[in-house]
Amino acid sequence: MEVAQVVGFGVIATVFIIFIRQNRPDIAQLLSIGVGVIIVVYVLGYLKMIVDVITDLALEAEINTIFLRTLLRVIGVAYLAEFGAQVCRDAGEGSIAGKIEFAGKLIILVMAIPVLLAVLESIISFVP
Amino acid sequence: MNVLRVDVLFQIAGIGIFISVLNIVLKQAGKEEQAQMLTLVGVVIVLLLVLQLVGDLFESIRVIFNLF
Repeated sequence: MEVAQVVGFGVIATVFIIFIRQNRPDIAQLLSIGVGVIIVVYVLGYLKMIVDVITDLALEAEINTIFLRTLLRVIGVAYLAEFGAQVCRDAGEGSIAGKIEFAGKLIILVMAIPVLLAVLESIISFVP
Repeated sequence: MNVLRVDVLFQIAGIGIFISVLNIVLKQAGKEEQAQMLTLVGVVIVLLLVLQLVGDLFESIRVIFNLF
């Protein structure tokens, strides 16, 4: 049932945006950003459920929480960077979108370094 | 489960339509400066509304992924 709400909401918003874009392209651009955010915030409840399930499974499997925390943070950074890049690309600023994605990748790399080191240490410990 | 914020959509769309109509009327009346000022006010109001939305999004993403 939620799908119908989201689809209806998106279509109505698109009609509004088309109408407003003729006279006021700036407000239309802001409206499209707002609609995107509204839809994502609406669905975030499910995302929270999924993350909780994954966290519980990881705790049962006694996976080291550092790895799981890093994984979740990487996913968060990746999503936010993609959101920003998409907004900029919609507005026609492809280069800024590319820079945001580049920054996102660097931040993710920096966050992944501890996990990388841990993996390397465990590999080295196997080597006789 | 969050609710689908339809009210914000209609607020922004309403402001957008209102601004564009008023602009045309003001241009007919020959008051160019007022039209420009009105456009600025409209964009600022819409920007504030959208910023609130984006702030909520970032806050809930931060909580879910315990990012910062």
